[in-house]
Amino acid sequence: MFAEENGLRGDPRLREIFEAIRVIPHFPKPGIMFQDITPLFTNPQVFKHTVDIFVERYRDKGISVVAGVEARGFMFGPSIALAIGAKFVPLRKRGKLPGEVISEYYDLEYGKDCLEMHIDAVEKGDKAVVVDDLIATGGTLSAAIKLIERMGAEVIECACVIGVPAAMGQKRLNGRPVYMLVEPKDFQG
Amino acid sequence: MSVSHLETSDVDDVDDRIRRISSTIRVIPDFPKPGIIFQDITTLLLDHQAFKDTIDLFVERYKGKNINVVAGVEARGFIFGPPIALAIGAKFVPMRKPKKLPGEVISEEYSLEYGTDIMEMHVGAVQPGENALVVDDLIATGGTLCAAIRLLERVGANVVECACVIELPELKGRERLADKPLFVLISS
Repeated sequence: MFAEENGLRGDPRLREIFEAIRVIPHFPKPGIMFQDITPLFTNPQVFKHTVDIFVERYRDKGISVVAGVEARGFMFGPSIALAIGAKFVPLRKRGKLPGEVISEYYDLEYGKDCLEMHIDAVEKGDKAVVVDDLIATGGTLSAAIKLIERMGAEVIECACVIGVPAAMGQKRLNGRPVYMLVEPKDFQG
Repeated sequence: MSVSHLETSDVDDVDDRIRRISSTIRVIPDFPKPGIIFQDITTLLLDHQAFKDTIDLFVERYKGKNINVVAGVEARGFIFGPPIALAIGAKFVPMRKPKKLPGEVISEEYSLEYGTDIMEMHVGAVQPGENALVVDDLIATGGTLCAAIRLLERVGANVVECACVIELPELKGRERLADKPLFVLISS
């Protein structure tokens, strides 16, 4: 679901967040219009708005875990976790986490990738939100949900700044909802 | 860590917080390879109070000091840098491995134990004359931090200090930073 449909219609912060996104055509390869969220962070006011919107949604809801997908999920997730009193759990590419991990493989356009989580990061009874900058096919977020639920915790929602059109149809990932702030921007040549 | 700017009662409070933070860090031997003792901060992130205290200790030091930029080194610098930036009203600028940043970048090559690596920053993220901090979870040899400092200085920024949770003093990173101050919470 989009923030605008969910109580934030006309919220000027959403406009500012959308304006801050920079589109880079043909990155990482031809045909992909990359949604660059780094300008969001070079504007402290917009960064604060982004974190505030997620914090307003998730505080006082018993959320005990914010899981962030490497690496752009690391830029948002911790600030949200700190504000709502939750643990922050990094979900990383293979071989990065030093302790004992569980792994989940997921499909890419060509080949597979792998996401890992420390086995002691979450436990039964934990309620989690998974954060990433953008949802495209949902492959990464589905893998993230599986990791958390394999350890007995519950994923309440996925939270992304940007939701691409292909994801709008599939509003639920493994049965879990996704909350998105804005749609992708077009490239203004 | 310098506590010269604090009252005695504040010093005790700082020490208590650092003790708690230190107790949450997990040491993992032989990672990523035999002989290396890895300082794992992910267990710190599972302790909300310890994580909050970590950020607060940096924010107390830097708030109101006209810091315009917090640069965080991929990837664990992305965990600590943004909350600090948010609290002190600074920009956050990610310093990344090659080919991750989508826009125009400047690159800096730096030495590893064997071979070299490259660090990149977006052109236009930092303006000349801005005051910057460089943040990472840990300083070992200081190679990564030096590369980050060079990138910032190449665009005319003033690097005020490097800030890390943990220092490994035997690896002499502090010396490698030369004239750039280093602030750490824990010396391991």
